[in-house]
Parts: sequence; C-alpha cells; structure tokens
Amino acid sequence: MSKPKVAFFDFAGCEGDQLQIANLEERLLDIASHLEIVNFREVKTEQADNYDIAFIEGSITRPEDEKRLKKIRKQAKMLIAMGACATIGGINCLKNFLGKQEYTSLVYGPYARHYSTYATRPVRAVVPVDGEIHGCPIDKEEFVLVVKSLLLGKIYIPPDYPVCVECKKAGNICQLEQGRLCLGMITRAGCKATCISAGSVCWGCRGPVPGANLDAARQVIDEHGFSWLEAEDRFRLYLGYFLRLQGWVYEQETT
Amino acid sequence: MNKKQLKKNMVIDSKQQESKNKKIEVHHLTRVEGHGDIVVYLDKNNQIQRCEWRVVEAPRFFEAMVVGRPYTDIHHIVSRICGICSIGHQLASIQATEEAFHCQVSEQTIILRKLALHAENLQSHLLHIGYLVLPDLLEVGSVFPLAKTHKQELLNIISCRKLSNKFSQVICGRTTHPQRLVPGGMESFPTVSELKELLKELKHSLAWLNNLGNLFLSLKEKYPKFERETEYIALVSNGEYALYHGEVGSSLDERKPNFFYTQMTNEYCVPQSTAKWTKNVKDAYMVGALARLNLNYELLTPGAKNLARRFGLSPLCHNPFFITLAQIVECVHSTEESIALLDVLLTRGLKDEKIVPIKPCAGKGVGALEAPRGILFHYYEYNEEGRIVKADCIIPTNQNHGNIQKDFEALAPILSGKSEREIEFTLSMLVRAYDPCISCSTHYIELGQNKNLSPVQFVYV
Repeated sequence: MSKPKVAFFDFAGCEGDQLQIANLEERLLDIASHLEIVNFREVKTEQADNYDIAFIEGSITRPEDEKRLKKIRKQAKMLIAMGACATIGGINCLKNFLGKQEYTSLVYGPYARHYSTYATRPVRAVVPVDGEIHGCPIDKEEFVLVVKSLLLGKIYIPPDYPVCVECKKAGNICQLEQGRLCLGMITRAGCKATCISAGSVCWGCRGPVPGANLDAARQVIDEHGFSWLEAEDRFRLYLGYFLRLQGWVYEQETT
Repeated sequence: MNKKQLKKNMVIDSKQQESKNKKIEVHHLTRVEGHGDIVVYLDKNNQIQRCEWRVVEAPRFFEAMVVGRPYTDIHHIVSRICGICSIGHQLASIQATEEAFHCQVSEQTIILRKLALHAENLQSHLLHIGYLVLPDLLEVGSVFPLAKTHKQELLNIISCRKLSNKFSQVICGRTTHPQRLVPGGMESFPTVSELKELLKELKHSLAWLNNLGNLFLSLKEKYPKFERETEYIALVSNGEYALYHGEVGSSLDERKPNFFYTQMTNEYCVPQSTAKWTKNVKDAYMVGALARLNLNYELLTPGAKNLARRFGLSPLCHNPFFITLAQIVECVHSTEESIALLDVLLTRGLKDEKIVPIKPCAGKGVGALEAPRGILFHYYEYNEEGRIVKADCIIPTNQNHGNIQKDFEALAPILSGKSEREIEFTLSMLVRAYDPCISCSTHYIELGQNKNLSPVQFVYV
C-alpha cells in the first residue's frame, strides 16, 4: 500500500498548532516515514496537488479563504480541522461581536475599506469536516493519536466528557470553589486539564462538550458570586461561534 | 532609475498586469494563499524591472478584538497573535497592563520572566536556524533530507531545540501559549529540582551550541555578499543586553523612552501589504537579532562575544543575510545569561510569592520588549473598570517589511540577468533570513517531489 499523502494548510490563525507538530522533533521524522507529507504550510493551488488528508489550521475570515477551503475539500479525501480557530472559531470570533465598520476602522483607519474580511467562522461552517483536533494550541500527543488512527483507517473521536473529569484525575482543587471563574464544566476534555494544573483556569479553548448546558453553567457561575457580565465575557472568549449557533447572541455582522 | 521613471513603469506594469491577470488567474490565487509573496517583474533578458515583497496575510483585527475586554484576559488573547512568539506577546501585554495600573512586581517575578523570554528566544531562533535556514545553505528543499546526509548535525540541532522546549515548559508550564504568566506575578512556580536539572542541561548545551556555531562557520562562504546600510532599532539598556527592559534605541537616532514609541515606528499603510509598514529616519529600518547585536554588542556575554568574533560580526554589520549568525550568537548569549539567572534564583531560594493584587484604574501603559524577531510594542488604554478602550500592537515583522522591500530594490541590479533559479533562491533566502513570522510563505518547507512549487512568482513584462 502506498503511503497516504498529507497536506497542511493554514488560514487566519497563529500557526501555533503547526508549531506543536514541529515540536514533536525526532518523532516527526518517525511520522514522516509513514506518511508522505506533500505540503507543509505554504503551497500554491494551481499545482494540481495530490493529497489524501488535509489538516486545516485557522478560521475562515475572508470570502477568498472560503473559496480556497472548498477547493481543498474537493481534493482531500479526509479533512481534519486542528486548533481552536479551525474547530470552533476560537479567539478570532471576538471580532464578530463588533460591527465590521467598527473593527476595520479601529485597526486600519481610513484605509479600512481596502481590506477584505467578514465574520469569523470555523471550518465546519464552510465545508464538511471528517475530524477535529481541539485545543489552543493542540496537544501534540493528541495529534499523534489522530495520525495513528488515520493510518489504521479509523477516525479519532475526541472525549465527550467535560474537562472537570480530567481535572479531578489530575488532583487539582476546583477553581470555582477557590473563587475563580473556570469553564471546565462545559468544555470538552482531552487536554488533561493542563491550564488548571499550571495554576490557571479553564478558558474553554476546546469548545463546548456535546450537550453543554450553558444555562446551568450560568447558574453555577452566578452561585459562585460572579456577575452576568463576567460570565458572558468568558463565554465569548472562545465560544463566540457556539453562542451564535445557540441563538444566545445576535452578532452585529451577518454575512 | 529615478523616481519618475519608476512611477511611470509602475503604472505601465499595473496596466499590463491587469490585462494579464485575466489570463493568468493563478497569480491572484497564490497571493491569497501566500500570505507573503515575492513578485518579480522581469523582461526578456531576465533584467529585473521591479521586485515586490507583498504581505497578504488575512487581517485578524486583534486591536479591535480586545476592546471592551477586562485586563485579566488581555494577555491570554494577544498571546494568540503568534504561536511562535506567544511568550513575547504575553509579556509585552503584561508590561503594558502593569504600567497602566501602576503595579510593581517582585524581583523574582522579573527573573522568571526574563528566563521565559530567553527560553522563547532559544525556541524560535533554533527553529529558524535549524529547520528553515540550514536547508538553504545545504541546498536541499527541507530539513527532512538532512536526516540522511547530515544526521549528526541534525541530531545536534534537535537536541538543542528539545532543551529549549523543555526550558519553556519548566518556566512557563507550556511551550506555546503559556498559562503561568499573568499581570502581577506568576500563577505557579517551577520546582527547585526542575530548575537544578535545567541548569545542568543548559550548561551541557553550550557544547552543542558550539557545534552549531562551527557548522555555520564552515557554511559562511555560502552567504551572499551583500550590504545595505540601514537604520537599526532595538531596545537598549545601560546595564544589560536589553531584552525585557530598556528604552528604544536606534543606530541613527537618539534614544527615546518607550512611551514615545510611535515617534520611532511611524506606521503607514501600503497597497501591497495587509500589514502596516514602518519607518523612522530613513525610509525603512531593521529590527531583530542583527539590530540588537549591532546596538548592544558590548553587552553580550563572553561566550557569545567570542562566537561573534569568530563569525566576524561586529557593529555595525550591514549584511541582512547574517541575521542567522546573529541569532546563533544570541542563542549562546541566552543560554549563558539563563545559567546566571538560574544561579541567582537557586542561591536566593525560590519563594512561593502571591500575585500582586491589581486595582483597576483608568490609565495607559506601554509594554516594549525584544521578541525573537525584534522589538515589540503593546500599548493599552484602560477605563476605570479595567476594560480596554484602545489598544495598539506593533509587531516586529511588520517593522521589517519595509526593509525587506528596500533590500530587494538594492539586490535587483545585482541579480539582474542571472538565471531565474538564482534570483528566486537569493530573494527567498533574503526574506527567510528575516524570519518573518506573520507570513508563512517564508516558513515555507518544501517537501518531496513537488519541484514546481515556488515561493517566488515571476511576471514577464
């Protein structure tokens, strides 16, 4: 059997996820021996590239990006979104809460109209996705796991329980009980509660766990003495696109 | 070519291009994908009419995204500007926030932050030196073929980089987008045994870095001989090779306090780029490892200075290709400096300090520090609730774009008439030397059979 051909593409994002893959160091060489990496990072589409698996990083923020993504989807047998920007829209969605006029002129002033952009959306909002690697940045071990399962002809299914499960397992004291706003209860696990173990809180970068109940989360947050505004601020950080899907917010900018 | 002629040419070019664009639509597509593109206009005899450095990265509007957000989240959000320099962005943001709220952190916190910055410098420089530039010098497409031809050298680089990742992991808790750095202090601390082990390994790694230096010394011949005088801007400080603290210094202008950074950067928009460009005394300036080395040469640690001497680097060095060499010198500097800082930390004993409580108030603050690719500014204005009213971030790579373009213009007559391959190779090598971060076209790793892929686009006029 010939080696599957793999390509990496990036859209609006920080490339931290590809960096995680580069950080695999010598293990990357091992992985490369089982795969044929056709494109890593930059590539030009006019060369009729042949690839089976496409990894997409970053969110879609421009009409021309949408076109490019659809082209990739056509070519790839498997399309995997990796990183919060690609899977849930991530931090990039923060701009969706402002009007387009507002955020473009804030940054580019009178030249704003020359820069093409629209409301941020995750990859799955534009094309069907075969798999997702969550997190901001992705966990490199999870990436290895995904590649391994792809090589075995399987699709990796990320955990469907909240971060709290792994956080307890890691032996952390509940951050909410300590008076800090933490989103572990509605966030998908798989990160081994790395932020909380590093002394921080869960920011929700892996997106909502299936069946996440935001109402109940709001109530818990309220019971722990946080204001509605604080809760909403934290939700918007990573869950901007999810909130829109749920009908919680009306984004000023529609497509 | 004088300005008038150039302008005339540009008009003609753009007209011709417009008519061509309809035929060759790929031209547009690649620009979209390229994030940053090199476009060369050639005539029939391979004489370069014009070459352009274009930045077409999707704009992400960070300065707008943080508006209205509370101060506790800002460092977390701006960290996502760049995956490679996430620590630099976090620290610049934290500096600005602390200045706005008049918050003074402990000396231990500052030592830990300096260590974090050194760790990031090592991470980023080694990635650039080993994986992105070395293949150029050894004339292969990517780092992967080196596993067969230069195994020893590659393993040496991998072990250096592995250590740099571990360094960051120990200090910040994570290699990318760390969680421990917050305004007012550190969320949690590394353990003493971790620090001791790190110290031992860092001392050990000096020998590896020496090997790396020797490798590049033997390859120095391969660098193009090209010099263009320009302005160099970096943080300067009287006491140390400034990375975390300092004032804005320039090789041609007087020192300015950080708060007046806009007088140095003078941002402006250009049609060929979604990133804003900057200029100061001349029409462009350079930031980054070479600029730092040029301004702060005397303050390098002894080992680093020694290596700089062996490389033949001394201020002012005007060859932009030597940025990589300056980076290797900085790797040695960062390692030696980190060893000293770790010694201080371990001698004093690591205290479990609480985060300094912050009282939000209306105010503004500037954070300025040296990220791996050069001087980085974050400027925030807060309202009395501690929410951002206005933000401004000036990223090192943006400050280099103008300089890359000027280098192109200076290189064009030298390269005119040479083969397409050579023009392409030299120009992409130049851009790669700057290690631009927002445009991944230059982090371009070519793999395998796709020989047609090229980071440079030729347009015949």
